[in-house]
Amino acid sequence: MPDALYNCTLADLSRRLAKGELSSLELMQSVIARTKAVEGRVRAFNSYDEQDALAQARASDERRAARKGAPSHPLEGIPIGIKDVISVAGQPLTASSRMLANFVSPYDATVTAKLKAAGALCWGRLNLDEFAMGSSTENSAFGVTSNPWDLERVPGGSSGGSAASVAAGEAVASLGSDTGGSIRQPAALCNLVGLKPSYGRVSRYGLIAFASSLDQIGPFARTVEDAATVLGAISGHDRRDSTSLKMEVPDYNRGIAELVRSGRKWKLGIPKEYFGEGLDPEVGAAVQAAIDAYRRMGCEVREVSLPHTKYAIAAYYIIATAECSSNLARFDGVRYGHRSKDAKDALDLYFKSRAEGFGPEVKRRIILGTYVLSSGYYDAYYLRAQKVRTLIRRDFLEAYKEVDAIVTPTSPTPAFKKGEKAANPLAMYLNDIYTIGVNLAGLPGISIPCGFTGGGLPIGLQVIGQPFKETELLAVASAYEQTTDWRNRHPSL
Amino acid sequence: MPKPEDFKLDHVTNLARINLSAEEKERFGAQLGDVLAYIALLNEVNVEGVEPTAHAFPVVNVWAEDVPEPGLSVEDALRNAPEKRDNMFVVPKVVE
Repeated sequence: MPDALYNCTLADLSRRLAKGELSSLELMQSVIARTKAVEGRVRAFNSYDEQDALAQARASDERRAARKGAPSHPLEGIPIGIKDVISVAGQPLTASSRMLANFVSPYDATVTAKLKAAGALCWGRLNLDEFAMGSSTENSAFGVTSNPWDLERVPGGSSGGSAASVAAGEAVASLGSDTGGSIRQPAALCNLVGLKPSYGRVSRYGLIAFASSLDQIGPFARTVEDAATVLGAISGHDRRDSTSLKMEVPDYNRGIAELVRSGRKWKLGIPKEYFGEGLDPEVGAAVQAAIDAYRRMGCEVREVSLPHTKYAIAAYYIIATAECSSNLARFDGVRYGHRSKDAKDALDLYFKSRAEGFGPEVKRRIILGTYVLSSGYYDAYYLRAQKVRTLIRRDFLEAYKEVDAIVTPTSPTPAFKKGEKAANPLAMYLNDIYTIGVNLAGLPGISIPCGFTGGGLPIGLQVIGQPFKETELLAVASAYEQTTDWRNRHPSL
Repeated sequence: MPKPEDFKLDHVTNLARINLSAEEKERFGAQLGDVLAYIALLNEVNVEGVEPTAHAFPVVNVWAEDVPEPGLSVEDALRNAPEKRDNMFVVPKVVE
């Protein structure tokens, strides 16, 4: 039986749209019908605007007709879900926070404008941990997203809605943001491809800032090819984000195809520090099997060392909270966002608006970040963490003298049960052990499906690339993907 | 590195301009204590002579052409204001 429209790959749908076998309106209607059928159980969306989506689909069909057979961008007419932390003009932008419960974006993020320019349909506002702070999407102020593979479990986070929507057939692909693993970890827990680009590859303009030196926007998709297509559309320098770099954006899929044709044998590094205590045995076995598959392809696999790995989480939770305390200072109840009704003066307005508007994890991180930056503690915490960041980055660059890419598990465990770690922030933080170093070092990283546990939960393989070598990273990921059919499995909902 | 007991929650929440309830103070105090104890792990690292990294790929002197272009309209800028009047944000009185 052929897959339902809502389960097809982006590439397949794009071909069918181009051939005229399918209209964008039919595709959008299929995705909306699927969303209505499963959303009560999945709860991936904070909101969606059905009429707006259908209007976008009709406009796409009209554009295609007007081109009279001339080729369109591969994203023309494709519904792409958007994490509710990325601005879409005229649509809500809540960051899953009471603070922004009624906020409407006055403008498009650069990635949104780029998707629209490519012809994609911006579809829905996807749930997340409040202000992208968390690893389970349980920190949302509006509701907990379920993992479509097991509704009792979390989809990962913070981009849990972005992952769950694509896994459940409620979007063909989606955008998330990744500060410490927030794209790769939920992708792993939901049997998807999730890509965090190199820092500076994609503009952050219009992304609500969490930790500005770590945040990157990236795609969720069902295949490496689809992720590469979305990445190509959103990449590039933007004068509105001075940290986006002036580098040419390659045609990723053409680059992947060329590398595959060349039959290049990759040199892959396996960091011994990523296979120690805390790694679930079933996850470890699936990752080993994937490494064996690379060996069988003729890749050279060798052990490498990233000796500062054990310090990554500590350094991250100093740097990320410091940056978050600074970024979230803008939420003061004055110009936008929640304003307390019973403030007696201006100062009281700040204290009460922030107390009422922010949820517990956001408060904890603002407090921690304020502390590590405060007078007398800056050198001991923040400056030291930045120096450790240098050492972590150096570890990776040292390893890349010997290997093309690094292969690891994405998450130490498969999806955990809702509530399991909710009361213990530190346990939740430790879950990010394999993804955080990549953000600190600014590297591109991808998670791809690499199997299932005996209980039917997805497992992800992380491939970490060299700075700005996304094409090579995607080619390494694609080489393994082509030997498996994990991507063809869909959750039964 | 400072000791976990150096952390004074009331002082820091004042700096951060966040009121906490008594229950939050107790819970966050314990949770942040755990995190601070964990972070002390960084004491082990020899960072002598190591330069700090603020950005993975630092860029400096990013210039843009000074070209006027339309920005947010007053209406759009005030669209999300909690309280507005005569094209302005209304705030509590700040002078006597």
